[in-house]
Amino acid sequence: MEIKNAVAGTLESGDIMIQIAPGEGLQVDLQSSVAAQFGRQIKAVITETLQGLGIDNASVKATDKGALDCTIRARVTAAAVRATGKDVWKD
Amino acid sequence: MRHTKVVTLEEAIVKSGLKDGMTISFHHHFRGGDKVVNLVVAKLAEMGFKNLHLAASSLSDVHAPLIDHIKNGVITKISTSGLRGELANEISHGLLKEPVVFRSHGGRGSAIASGELHIDVAFLGASSCDELGNASGCPRSENAKSICGSLGYALPDAKYADHVVILTDDLVAYPNVPKSISACDVESVVVVDSVGDSSKISSGAIRDSKNPRDILLAKQAAKVIINSGYFKEGFSIQTGTGGASLAAVKYIRESMIEKGIHASFALGGITAHMVKLHEEGLIGRLIDVQSFDKVAAESIAKDQLHQEVSAVEYASADHVGSAVHALDIVILSALEVDVNFNVNVLVGSDGIIRGAIGGHPDTAEDSALSIIVCPLLRGRIPCVVPKVTTLITPGKGVDVVVTEYGIAVNPARPEIAERLKAAGLKVVDIHELAAKARSIIGEPDALPFGDKVVGIVMDRHGKVLDEIRNIVD
Repeated sequence: MEIKNAVAGTLESGDIMIQIAPGEGLQVDLQSSVAAQFGRQIKAVITETLQGLGIDNASVKATDKGALDCTIRARVTAAAVRATGKDVWKD
Repeated sequence: MRHTKVVTLEEAIVKSGLKDGMTISFHHHFRGGDKVVNLVVAKLAEMGFKNLHLAASSLSDVHAPLIDHIKNGVITKISTSGLRGELANEISHGLLKEPVVFRSHGGRGSAIASGELHIDVAFLGASSCDELGNASGCPRSENAKSICGSLGYALPDAKYADHVVILTDDLVAYPNVPKSISACDVESVVVVDSVGDSSKISSGAIRDSKNPRDILLAKQAAKVIINSGYFKEGFSIQTGTGGASLAAVKYIRESMIEKGIHASFALGGITAHMVKLHEEGLIGRLIDVQSFDKVAAESIAKDQLHQEVSAVEYASADHVGSAVHALDIVILSALEVDVNFNVNVLVGSDGIIRGAIGGHPDTAEDSALSIIVCPLLRGRIPCVVPKVTTLITPGKGVDVVVTEYGIAVNPARPEIAERLKAAGLKVVDIHELAAKARSIIGEPDALPFGDKVVGIVMDRHGKVLDEIRNIVD
């Protein structure tokens, strides 16, 4: 699947900003205010969400401000839709 | 004036006999606007002092310059109620060789009075002072540059320190009365450009919330109070600095007017909210250890029924006459509460020091009803947890925990749970709240604590309650 640069989310408290760019394999670079306790979980949610959308090659930069998993999934999905042009909500 | 104690800061330090290894003290009535600590410690560094013990009533973001003085060996030990900002972050990572000793405000007062915390030289900022040392936190001339109101946390230092230096930005004609600190306790007076920026007194912990969740919590807390059995003519109350606990005052006021109930006194850090209720005749007396904003500071300057108390008179466990013993209701905030009702207000869930003990354990233990108000989660950080990161207020003094997911009552207070249930409030088991938080955020990984002790938490009776370890990045 072709990937363009795309972004979703904000830097507000409780949100996460997801920036997607073309890449080899799935690479997640995470900066988080709760990295020590939740970094592993956040990366897993991002990876699982992308794989669930059929994206296996992308470079992801995630800047997290304490978002919950539901928010992370929503932001990753929105960024993926923008990056691929494929509307997963419609299909 | 035939006698004067006015000297330069350097002369005052020389005259004090301060030596390496001694203890110096400060108050934090200017909170985020304080200029005294940085000014004095910079001068001590310039004069070549080493190994000093800095015993402040509290420290905040503005004291980041202490980091360099610690690295240079000027300050090697700290005692305080709280630490915030970059200084707290560095100390959490192991900056200081010796652990910081944390005490509550009442605990610090008791420790100074008993001699356990001996102060060699106190450097105390005042908004007005005469040449002999009669000092006040209130402005007394047109040249006044600052105002901090109550000097409650400075009073034990003034009374018990071996040597007292007043720093002021307004030297006024003798006699500067009414005074907070007596000239008889003061050795030197130093005139400086500024002791503090009064506009920053209400920075730090205090904010007036417009957050809808805080307002919901405030309304719930007010309902708890009104239905607790303690809301009756002549009751007394204290609020902490959290947004929700401050907002709760607004809803309590409405109920007081509606039911014709008056409070005998409000205690502790006094805010504009409390001053308003007092001026409306709803609260008889304000007992003020710390004026939390400019309105409170201006009130204490002009109102006879708004009285200053020392930290000892406010919250000492050793003094039966201290005001907390007469306190009915206290509303407090928390970083974390655990399933045993233990509270942490000092160390963040990332293991980094980011708060202050304040009067939390003092008021929780001695009040008739203590209410903790906190959201279930702050972002992804849980506030109701299986075990607090650091123990500050033991659960036996905590009666009710108010969250947006329900109200938990300490099993030791079944009568309160019954009253709240009868009023239709949602009373839940605290374990349910902790489980609810976990179900939303998942299981957090353990914090990367090292094996160096960076902080010791003293309880208000002078015993070690917990220790804080360094965080490894």
